[in-house]
Amino acid sequence: MRRGRLTLAGRYLLALAALVFFLFPIYWLVMISFKTPEEIFATPPVWWPAQIQFENYLVLFRDGDAETVWNSLVIASTSTFLAMLLGTMCAYSMARFRTGGRNFAMWVISNRMVPPIVIVFPIFLLYVKLGLVDSFAGLILLYTAFNLPYVIWMMRGYIQDVPIELEEAALVDGCTRWQTFRIIVLPVVRGGLFATAVFTFVFAWNDFIFALVLTRNEATTFPVQVTHYFGGQSNFWAKIAAMSTLGTVPIFIAVAMLQKFLVRGISMGAVKG
Amino acid sequence: MSTGTASATAGSPHVTSTFRHAMIWPAVLVILLVGLFPVIYTLVTGFQNINMFDEDTGFSGLLNYRRLAGDIRFWQSLLHTFIFLAIALPVELVLGLLLALLFLERMPGKQIFIALLVLPVVTSPIIAGAAWRLLFDNRFGPINEIIGWLTGEPEAILWTVDPTFVYPAILIAEIWQWTPFMFLLLLAGLSNVDSSLMEAAELDGAGFWQTFWHVTLPIIRPVMWIAVLIRGLDLFRLFDVVWALTRGGPGTMSETVSIYAYIQGFQQFETSYAAAMAFAIIVLLSILVMMALRRMEIDR
Repeated sequence: MRRGRLTLAGRYLLALAALVFFLFPIYWLVMISFKTPEEIFATPPVWWPAQIQFENYLVLFRDGDAETVWNSLVIASTSTFLAMLLGTMCAYSMARFRTGGRNFAMWVISNRMVPPIVIVFPIFLLYVKLGLVDSFAGLILLYTAFNLPYVIWMMRGYIQDVPIELEEAALVDGCTRWQTFRIIVLPVVRGGLFATAVFTFVFAWNDFIFALVLTRNEATTFPVQVTHYFGGQSNFWAKIAAMSTLGTVPIFIAVAMLQKFLVRGISMGAVKG
Repeated sequence: MSTGTASATAGSPHVTSTFRHAMIWPAVLVILLVGLFPVIYTLVTGFQNINMFDEDTGFSGLLNYRRLAGDIRFWQSLLHTFIFLAIALPVELVLGLLLALLFLERMPGKQIFIALLVLPVVTSPIIAGAAWRLLFDNRFGPINEIIGWLTGEPEAILWTVDPTFVYPAILIAEIWQWTPFMFLLLLAGLSNVDSSLMEAAELDGAGFWQTFWHVTLPIIRPVMWIAVLIRGLDLFRLFDVVWALTRGGPGTMSETVSIYAYIQGFQQFETSYAAAMAFAIIVLLSILVMMALRRMEIDR
């Protein structure tokens, strides 16, 4: 199996070609954010800016557009916290006491399969009545609800991996169930907690369709802001690139730190990597 | 799937039924907001006749569903969705598999390659779409420039406007973003395959493809099905990339069912009609998922 096909050099060459294809669009986006207008609108295109300059970013901060990144941060982290809290509690009960059984578990994950457009339409009409459109609370509640099935599903898997003897020992020592959960279980699954939280955060951070429908200007998140720069006649390329980079780099850093959990995270726990 | 000891603890005197249920109810109540409310709402509203001008909450029978059945634009949007799905899914699967096979081999430093290759997966789809829109720009984008180098004459393809090129443009962006997803899952699946099995097959005289077909593939099939199911569901709801690149245009040529539902609900304000459409999507999706799951069960 390992003999006589591609040489090591050949493999590197193919891997490098793949890398160029998959990274070039990201490179292009980031690079445009450092270009001057003359460089952006040059034919033939300029492949790298003569000089790195931050004017495109400064504009975003001056005009207050960068606030949308802050909105994204507040909304995504609050909803992540809530989803993790409620979801892990629920997952513990399911994993340890089989609460609800297999059908309940299937119901939980099936909620993740519904297309967002189907959810957002009734939610919008509900939010109009409740006055939650264009509010932080509205988006936070929706992201929490939408991410909960994922958190429950993932944390249930991580908790099932914890040896039950640990908890039994704690119970014998007189801990209550809640104490056992908090003091024994949570620390053991902290890796899983952290990974699940990051992916939950990424879902909320990257979402477009919910935010598109449910925000106007107060709670606009950065992906929606980026689409505002696409005009009918002219596109504000510098702003598109700078805002996109601003919103994407933090995610890249977070995921780079999470390599170990990546496969399990994006496959919804189906593949343990 | 679950530990055998779980049921043993379930009977332990420390567990009160109050505790078990107090732990799940907060989560369940919040999930109902997206899991139950939209279904009931779209079901009820779909049988009414509410639009921008009229707040008719009386029972209107199958009015909206009859309209939906005769709405060519709806069927076309479904067709477009399935075209995207039918092309993107196999291409992502095959490319992802080839990449996974490549990275299964010994290659010092491959962890760095893998870490970089997955970046498209965690990029916001709307941002990915925006990036490709810049790349595809007919005057200032690099893609026409590169094609120009290859053909020897300047190209000015209108990728996001020209009917011939909108599908390739959207598909390239979609495949770019999600091939690494397939790659990562399949690589994990392949890494769990005992390599001595493959070596044994080769010793018995099986060629690479024979080994792959008869030994490797059956082992990674469960992972493959999961990956296909997740991606299939994602493609069924395709919205962001199309929105960023073409907004469903030119005309309605690349309109997916999510985009059409969005337009009916939020631009035409056809509340009841959009609700009926949303409910039809739920029903259709449920049928497809059940068929897929049954297929997976049989396969195992």
